[in-house]
Amino acid sequence: MMELVCPAGTPAALRAAVEAGAHAVYCGFADETNARNFPGLNFSREEMAEGVAHAHARGAKVLVAINTFPRAGAEPVWHRAIADAERAGVDAVILADVGLLAHAAEAHPGLRLHLSVQAAAANPDVINLYASAFGVRRVVLPRVLTVEEIAAINREIDVETEVFVFGGLCVMAEGRCSLSSYVTGQSPNMNGVCSPASHVAYSEEGPDLVSRLGGFTIHRTPKGAPAPYPTLCKGCFTSEDQTGHIFEDPVSLDASHLVPRLARAGVSALKIEGRQRSRAYVAQVVRAFRAAVEAEAAGKPIPESALARLTEGQAATSGAYAKTWR
Amino acid sequence: MTDAALPHVPRMLAVAMRPLPLLPLSVALGAVARRMTRSHPTMLRRLGDHGGRRFLIDPVDLPFVFLLVPSRSTVTACRRDRLPVHDARLAGPLSAFLAMLHGAEDGDALFFSRDLTIEGDTSAVLALRNAIDNAELDLSAELSAAGGRFGGLIRQALAQAERATGLALHRMDDFGEPL
Amino acid sequence: MDLTVGPNFFFWDAAAVRQFYRSLANAPVARVVLGEVICSKRLPFWQDEIPQAVETLVAAGKQVAITSLALITLRRERRQTADLAGMGLPVEVNDLSALAHVPEGTPFWVGPLVNVYNEGSLRWLARRGATRVCLPPELPLASVTVLAQAGQELGIAVEAWGHGKLPLAISGRCYHARLHDRAKDNCQFVCGEDPDGRDVETLDGQKFLAVNGVQTLSQSTASMAWQVEPLRDAGVTALRLSPETGDFAALCASYSDRIAGRLSAADLSARLQSGGRRLSDGFLTGAAGMEWSGNRV
Repeated sequence: MMELVCPAGTPAALRAAVEAGAHAVYCGFADETNARNFPGLNFSREEMAEGVAHAHARGAKVLVAINTFPRAGAEPVWHRAIADAERAGVDAVILADVGLLAHAAEAHPGLRLHLSVQAAAANPDVINLYASAFGVRRVVLPRVLTVEEIAAINREIDVETEVFVFGGLCVMAEGRCSLSSYVTGQSPNMNGVCSPASHVAYSEEGPDLVSRLGGFTIHRTPKGAPAPYPTLCKGCFTSEDQTGHIFEDPVSLDASHLVPRLARAGVSALKIEGRQRSRAYVAQVVRAFRAAVEAEAAGKPIPESALARLTEGQAATSGAYAKTWR
Repeated sequence: MTDAALPHVPRMLAVAMRPLPLLPLSVALGAVARRMTRSHPTMLRRLGDHGGRRFLIDPVDLPFVFLLVPSRSTVTACRRDRLPVHDARLAGPLSAFLAMLHGAEDGDALFFSRDLTIEGDTSAVLALRNAIDNAELDLSAELSAAGGRFGGLIRQALAQAERATGLALHRMDDFGEPL
Repeated sequence: MDLTVGPNFFFWDAAAVRQFYRSLANAPVARVVLGEVICSKRLPFWQDEIPQAVETLVAAGKQVAITSLALITLRRERRQTADLAGMGLPVEVNDLSALAHVPEGTPFWVGPLVNVYNEGSLRWLARRGATRVCLPPELPLASVTVLAQAGQELGIAVEAWGHGKLPLAISGRCYHARLHDRAKDNCQFVCGEDPDGRDVETLDGQKFLAVNGVQTLSQSTASMAWQVEPLRDAGVTALRLSPETGDFAALCASYSDRIAGRLSAADLSARLQSGGRRLSDGFLTGAAGMEWSGNRV
């Protein structure tokens, strides 16, 4: 059966994910070392150890994302995160930075390394490089590939692949985007946040809900239409005579119907996005995808799920898995 | 979580609540809030600096609003025509707040569907939502416990109210036995 | 401190490319990186210009390197990348994948589209043979300072973004094709219509971004006019100028004068702003990348 890797922004969400059938839970420490460094979210050292004990007692794994790019002069903060994760007994750490990977491979030879989506490793050559240079055992593939390309990659590599099947969709190659810091000074790579809440302002202007980020108008949502996240790349903009979602519509990924094809493409693990979401989201999405991977393993059709309400724009896309997305 | 529209407090009931004295309500709510922050110490830790913010909780189907200051464990009921100074405002039907509190609804989903609107300090709102979500609160259990020897009666009354109104008055994702 | 001309991000026709590199032969720049960095589909239209351009620049005493693509996914792109190593020029790695094709120990350069945020990354790259690194434009001055120092110890020349619209993101999706309602595979090369990228504004008419095929840039032009001294003090040895239309050799000369102290920061800024161009340098010392320290003066 493909491994289901589920998000947990809090210990409560971790317990909800395990209860709902997660094979593995991924989470991060409450600081700038992980790419979901949001207010009120993430784990203290103590909570991480408790979370690992809780998950292991129920047969689930814990993967710790330390997937921002260490700040020059402050690398010990990231190095401590890796050491503390290993001490807490986690099953793997998820890293993106080559300097950090080199450190982990050298200082923590027994620790299993996964390559974060933030490294955007999009072809067999670079994946094999990460495997031979650092001993990376699994690669989370960027969300720019089609199912055929994923299958082709798996034929040329010896490490496992993990792909996103549900949740927020980065339009840009992950870890290679500084739109957010251009406008707010804070970026996923450096601070673990994209379009951060501290720079968001919502206002009701007439019938419209207007969202601004760092003073730039990102959306004007008319009454009754679904409200999107105030993420830059999913904003509504104008270019010459055209107005619209120039980069991406405010939709999110739902690849549940592609689970059998992803299995045939040789994918080892399926990942659900959403560490910033509530335990209610985690429970419902994990339950639906656990049913999907079980059905796939048993050769049965994938059950229909009703997850649209949970998704941004309340609409779902297959994203780059279908070539037409490009 | 369902696709059905969120229940609203019936207008008749909202009207009937209008003359309620607010001081005793504030005192009672404050007692529950203090109990909750005592029994869930991680909630304030998660809130960090945001704990001192003044959150205006605006259940649009009730005749009054609540001002919540987590670090002081105070909840004050106020009339809609005399809104207190606040840093952030969250508005939506009472049922949305209760469902979120009890792990039955996802905050972002309520935002996408426009059932919940946010104004002011967006960071603080996010921190509050995440801290509450992690606390796995159960209003029925808290009220019953706060009710001392009347706990059993309160619990029964709340269960009845839950059935009658469709409001989520207890934790919906408890992995143990249901209430 | 000297000047490097980076690879051209935009789709120019062969004649424009020829003219551009000819004009650089006499420009006061120490080195030039050329090649296609954004979209492999463009290359057949101008790749025949590369050998002549390299010859002209080398004859003029410039160091020359050849860039990799910024995002390598297709089999064709992997083959193209493998071929770069055999061109007899240093490869500028702008996607780590290119490193897989550079034989270990062969010297190479690292471009601004590779994530080099800390000493550990720099150390690892040095061990693999990196001799020159242009830092990502997103880095604040504090990081640049630490990295330039580390570069000196490791024998890596550290370069910083000097001038040009900022490369903010790269994607699998082509925004030019999307704006024209076309699929990427049938784009009909519409990005060629916008030789400096196509502007994107907010709904309130604020100047914001520019799209260039699969790349997203800032609409403002980043300029280190006011930052030459801080960068030099930090240990940065070269500024990178990113190609744009207009008299680029003259632009190179202006920056060269600025570095040599023959032109003030205010005069260079005024010259750059004369056409109504918006400038920024906020990544280095501002609260956000879009800010311009010239406004604080």
